[in-house]
Amino acid sequence: MPAKIDPDQVRRIARLARINLTTDELEQFAGQLSDILNYIDQLSELNTEGVEPTTHPLKISNVFRQDQIGQSLSNEQALANAPRTHGDFFAVPKVLE
Amino acid sequence: MIQKNVTSLGYRPTIGLEIHVELSTASKMFCACPNHFGDPPNTNVCPVCLGMPGVLPTMNRQAYEYAVLMALALNCRIAEFTKWDRKGYYYPDLPKNYQISQYDLPLGSDGYIDLLVNGQTKRIGITRAHLEEDAGKNVHDLPDCTGVDLNRAGVPLLEIVSEPDLNCVEEVMAYARSMRQLVRYLGISQANMQQGHMRFEPNISLWIFDDSEPDGGHYTPIIEVKNLNSFRSLERTVAFEIARQAEEWQADPHGYRMDKMSKQNRGWDDVREVTVYQRHKEEADEYRYFPEPDLLPVEIDDAWLERIKAQLPELPIARYARFREEFGLDEKLTTLLTSERTTADYFEAVIQAGASPRRAANLIQSQGMRLANEKGTDVAELGISPQRLAQLCKLTDDDTVSASAAATIFQAMLESDAPPEKIASERNLMQVSDTSALESIVAQVLADNAKAVADYKSGGKKAKKARSFLLGQVMQKSKGQANPKVVGELIDREVLGQT
Ligand SMILES: [Zn+2]
Repeated sequence: MPAKIDPDQVRRIARLARINLTTDELEQFAGQLSDILNYIDQLSELNTEGVEPTTHPLKISNVFRQDQIGQSLSNEQALANAPRTHGDFFAVPKVLE
Repeated sequence: MIQKNVTSLGYRPTIGLEIHVELSTASKMFCACPNHFGDPPNTNVCPVCLGMPGVLPTMNRQAYEYAVLMALALNCRIAEFTKWDRKGYYYPDLPKNYQISQYDLPLGSDGYIDLLVNGQTKRIGITRAHLEEDAGKNVHDLPDCTGVDLNRAGVPLLEIVSEPDLNCVEEVMAYARSMRQLVRYLGISQANMQQGHMRFEPNISLWIFDDSEPDGGHYTPIIEVKNLNSFRSLERTVAFEIARQAEEWQADPHGYRMDKMSKQNRGWDDVREVTVYQRHKEEADEYRYFPEPDLLPVEIDDAWLERIKAQLPELPIARYARFREEFGLDEKLTTLLTSERTTADYFEAVIQAGASPRRAANLIQSQGMRLANEKGTDVAELGISPQRLAQLCKLTDDDTVSASAAATIFQAMLESDAPPEKIASERNLMQVSDTSALESIVAQVLADNAKAVADYKSGGKKAKKARSFLLGQVMQKSKGQANPKVVGELIDREVLGQT
């Protein structure tokens, strides 16, 4: 099977996902992702003419809740696991605006 | 910046507008946290809108129906089947690192809205309307970090995308204002600008007329300006961009064109009042959409759609046309009366209660709107029932009180529940139409102003002025309570011998 994905594409996807990869990892994941795509490609051997695309594996729709207010967390609870806080805020490195 | 004669300029602005509107549901889009502005940071949050692992979003039915209602008002085709998608991007105000949105199956598409611009109707195409969730807020004025408040994260947000049918600043503003009016008519958003309920993203380019080209011209590169949250910044941004692009085109007529440059994002600098370069669009747009596995699709059948349709009120433009026709009011007055649904409803209730349309319209405009403005409310909320205002209109129409007394009474009605007639008599504002009571004042004024009487009698150039002078004197002596019509008749009778 030919490689579906080359290391350059992996680098681009990694950048979009904000993940740092080493050169070795780029090679490794290019191989693994290609294997996955080749595996999935078996599906295209099936004739899907006239079959509607599946958007969800469950055959149900319209599961709503009523527009009613429920219990929220307290500020202390909300911030409890944050690596860094400032007053009532989550704190993150300065964002350039 | 409003260009009437576009061909003489050599270009025509071509503008599309994306509008984000926060819907005024009680709770958020996918969790039960309050959708409420102004609370202490990070108190309207839960594991779902904080983006904790292992949680499940659940759809707010009201938000969906509000969005469909707007799509119907915009004459959109309503999708029988929609699903949700994840739009991936990284910003601290988006804790999941994706936004739940509708990508390829928006709930509404191919609609339009008719605008009134300078008395002319212009139809603007609506490409799509879809529902998504709002992000939180980043706070930038902290000393050594950016603060994140996620109270707004997950608030239902309706995105409406227009076709690039807007051709000048005026049309952009009419479109934006009509959208605000419409969501307020529908009652699906307060559209409070100060609270960020509405944000604008114009896409601006110029069509350059050039007969030597096969298409008769070309476009300048599209500029998108993100996140404008006031009408003022929208207006200035669009005006600035039109001028800036025209300048760039004039400086480089052959290079500054869409097919040679990619789309750009620029940001509006409110202090310097300029747009500034941000980034090329293509790098930014890799959102890696994919279907949201945590949410089920939505299917609208006819019965449900009919139930939503039944909630559509008479829309502003139809109401405007009807008011003009039915009540014979001028453009300006009709625009004012139909600007808010509550005001239009109130006006009609006053008519129902027996007032003449013209009098009701004038009193609502001259007194009601002024007082409502001062109090930061709207006319219907002033506390004057339609019945009481109708009574005041009738008193004014039958000359029981003068127009200026009506203004005073209107104001007094804010502080008193008494019928206007009672207020009028308590405050001595009843107009004197009784001829015998006025005759002595008229006689005295005529005796004291022999010159004016002579001028009036002479019928010359000064006659008209002399008559108004005499009338004014009588009004003054009666402390404004005389009926000017009756006084005028008395003066004419005494001076000219007419009856
Ligand atoms: Zn929540």
